[in-house]
Amino acid sequence: MFENIPILSLITFLPALAAVFLMIMSRAAKSQEAKDQLAKNAPFVALLISGVVFLLSLILVFAFDGSTADFQFTEDAAWLGGGIEYRMGVDGISILFVLLTAFLTPLCIFASQTSIKDRMLEYMVAFLILETLMIGVFCSLDLVLFYLFFEAVLIPMYIIIGVWGGKNRVYASYKFFLYTLLGSVLMLAAIIWIYVLSGQQLGAPTTDMAVLMRDLDIPLGAQTWLWLAFFASFAVKMPMWPVHTWLPDAHVEAPTAGSVILAGILLKLGGYGLLRFSLPLFPDASMAFMPLVFGMSVIAIIYTSLVAYRQHDMKKLIAYSSVAHMGFVTMGIFAMNVQGIQGAIFQMLSHGLISGALFFCVGVIYDRMHTREIAFYGGLVKQMPVFAVFLLFFTMANVGLPGTSGFVGEILTMVGAYQVNPWVAAGAALGMILSAVYALHLYREVVFGEVTNPKLETITDMTSREVLILAPLALFTLVLGVYPSLVTDITAASVDNLLADIAAATTAGGR
Amino acid sequence: MWEKIILFFPELLLALSASQLLLFGVSKKLDRTDLVRYIGIAILLVFAFSGFLLGMPSGTAFSGALVVDNYSHYVKLVIGLAAAASLVFSKPYLKSEKLDKHEFTVLLLYAVLGMSIMASANNLLTIYIGVEMQALALYIMAAFNRDSLRSSEAGLKYFVLGALSSGLLLYGLSLVYGFSGSLDFDRIAAVIEDGASPGIIAGMVFMLCGLGFKISAAPFHMWTPDVYEGSPTPVTGFFAAAPKFAAMCLIARVCVGPFGGIEDQWQQVIIVFAVLSMFVGAIGALAQTNIKRLMAYSSIANMGYALVPLAAGGAAGVKGMLIFMSIYVITVIGIFACILQMRIRNGMVEQISDLSGLSKSNKGLAIVLTMFMFSVMGIPPLLGFWGKLFAFLPAVEAGLVWLVVLALIASVIGAFYYLRIIKSMWFDEPVHEFVEAPQGLRWTTIICALLVMPLLILPFTAIPATGFISQAAASLF
Repeated sequence: MFENIPILSLITFLPALAAVFLMIMSRAAKSQEAKDQLAKNAPFVALLISGVVFLLSLILVFAFDGSTADFQFTEDAAWLGGGIEYRMGVDGISILFVLLTAFLTPLCIFASQTSIKDRMLEYMVAFLILETLMIGVFCSLDLVLFYLFFEAVLIPMYIIIGVWGGKNRVYASYKFFLYTLLGSVLMLAAIIWIYVLSGQQLGAPTTDMAVLMRDLDIPLGAQTWLWLAFFASFAVKMPMWPVHTWLPDAHVEAPTAGSVILAGILLKLGGYGLLRFSLPLFPDASMAFMPLVFGMSVIAIIYTSLVAYRQHDMKKLIAYSSVAHMGFVTMGIFAMNVQGIQGAIFQMLSHGLISGALFFCVGVIYDRMHTREIAFYGGLVKQMPVFAVFLLFFTMANVGLPGTSGFVGEILTMVGAYQVNPWVAAGAALGMILSAVYALHLYREVVFGEVTNPKLETITDMTSREVLILAPLALFTLVLGVYPSLVTDITAASVDNLLADIAAATTAGGR
Repeated sequence: MWEKIILFFPELLLALSASQLLLFGVSKKLDRTDLVRYIGIAILLVFAFSGFLLGMPSGTAFSGALVVDNYSHYVKLVIGLAAAASLVFSKPYLKSEKLDKHEFTVLLLYAVLGMSIMASANNLLTIYIGVEMQALALYIMAAFNRDSLRSSEAGLKYFVLGALSSGLLLYGLSLVYGFSGSLDFDRIAAVIEDGASPGIIAGMVFMLCGLGFKISAAPFHMWTPDVYEGSPTPVTGFFAAAPKFAAMCLIARVCVGPFGGIEDQWQQVIIVFAVLSMFVGAIGALAQTNIKRLMAYSSIANMGYALVPLAAGGAAGVKGMLIFMSIYVITVIGIFACILQMRIRNGMVEQISDLSGLSKSNKGLAIVLTMFMFSVMGIPPLLGFWGKLFAFLPAVEAGLVWLVVLALIASVIGAFYYLRIIKSMWFDEPVHEFVEAPQGLRWTTIICALLVMPLLILPFTAIPATGFISQAAASLF
């Protein structure tokens, strides 16, 4: 299937084409009336295109052969020359992230249709370009191509936070941009170094991931530096403690859909990068730095959970909880066993759904009251019963209640870490308890109790549009929670292969 | 005879046409300024493509004083196109500021003649003639708005400091001549091959300092912000593009040509220039509010990046430098074409805050300028990213990873002030309504914008320029 159709390029670039189409239309519209009409119709175009992309990626997942670890739907085309070519392909690790991106983007566009008030057309253009770049990150099999997508994500996200953000948006957008840029330029230096190294070792320089993973044997000294450079980039993106401070600011200021994409997809770029690049390319260094990552993960889980408890702003609370959950991901990845890595992938997907849904929930009441202060709310269960149900469900999923996808991810990563270091797993378990503390605290303050604030007496329950957005998220959270093999069957072969490669590389080196 | 003449045909063309245009323009009855400009643009285009028109000749003329090879063809191509673009975008500004005189075109042609000689220099004296020729024309152009205090100050400052740098250069040239016994590059290279005396090394350092002034490499950058700010804006745009390119290419030729044997020595100088320039440029720009001053610091920083591949040496290094500089020239011309469009009813504005809300009042310009800013920041998929990639690749290959890391860190610091421009345009409320820009200016902007557009879809190998650049770099060795 798809032998002759460049399906991945199609999925990747379809949104960008739609964005170009919208921009051309806006240049063509001369009168104010035509412009208003265009701004009104832009969300429908965006929704249609991102919906098509979602369907295509669903087909992709069904056509995917889960029994092999090879890259599938690969595409090769001449690009820069000199070993830097246009290479696309997916395997068990990346394909579900493509699906996640394609799933969340239409929801975001759908949600923004009512909550964004001005410059609708530009907003849709930014989101469509963002979708192209995010899917491109997960599909690219060439280091330079990957870097291109990875860093280009900054442009639309900077604009989205800065233009449609809250009061303090300028500060947040700068912080987001410069923090992540500083991390990723180090990776650029590392990529150039790998390119040069491959030229020395393999005869012809290349940035082809498949070749590099198979043939390149980087000396340990270089591995250490390269690992650190890649880690700097991915740790900022994840974000890991102590470079997480940009995240709460960015989340608080970003519009709702921006927060969803940020938590749902952008944070996963870091974890995906660690799995795709750091582990297979630098297996020895990854082994050597395992204690460091474990330490940072446990600190992240416990410390940011405590910080989350003290927040007054709902979005900030969820942002800190994201950092804590990403701690489970890094812990699982660096456990370097099947449970750990499967759990990390699972946790990333599940967090994408749950945190996205939580930000949508915050968006629901923010759109009504224009504040995210926890103290402002209270007793919402009386006015908004449907909302209370959804928030409860996602809060529980965030805590990791069995039966939701959050539980599977956390338990798997902890099982993985336990085999390597029981103390790390114990620390993470403590973090799970703390997550219940802050999440239930949030729920109690906002939903339970008496309606103390007179402004809340007129608040209305969720509209059918909002239910339509949250329902699929709830459904998937539940389905993945009770039937996790949906994910693990797809990822299994690739994860096994990755682990076999690491084992072969580390034993071959005599360690 | 003819074979020799086609070697210096581009210089001949410029020298003759500039002198004739000077006479032609002096007419009491008719205003021939526009005509002179159009002829000037046509001549510059012919000059730019003269290598192709003449069938890529190569060889030396005037007993080896002037060399013509693929390298000089390429340098002349970029200089000619950049100068032509400067003439195109200078017209509306000069008209509105009542500065429109035909001497502007003539001076610019003389400056290009000087740069062309620099591009073909194969002899110490040729270097000096070329450098002085372009510098003298540029001094006058800086002070072109002679009734303005700022412009005269810029011209004077440029002249005094430029004279100092010429002194350094000349002193270096004389040392090299004295210790090697020859003016000729090939002879000097042969002498150095047998062992370089300290005198030659000292001369080389003085020469690089003199030339470093021309590319405004730190610590010889002091004149840049003031001159950029004071000069008429199109002149600033011209300063930032063509002369920088010519001087950088001359440095490359001098380093790998006559001084090829003492690479260890000049490499240190280049590295010092590079590191200082990129940090001075990045940090100095942080506090600027005037967009022209900001571009001055930006050009200092960019010269620092361009020196990184040069420090690596070799054909790969020269190629990286050429790619980076070409992309820089395209971007900087585009940016100045945008700045020149910042025209409100009562004149030009040049503060960053004047750009506020541009995305609401003039969306097209805002999008284009945003693209240029991301490009000069080096964010993919814009062209500036490829410039950085190809510039840093040879440096890593030569083992200068630390230098590349420093350059990348400087570029993150630099990103801050480009972001400030983008912030003004997109996040702030409008303050000015800019008047409609004239056609020529718009077209320059659009062409440059198309050039920095994502090259993602286009296979890079299909662009003939990279092949040409490789040949150009190879012809130096």
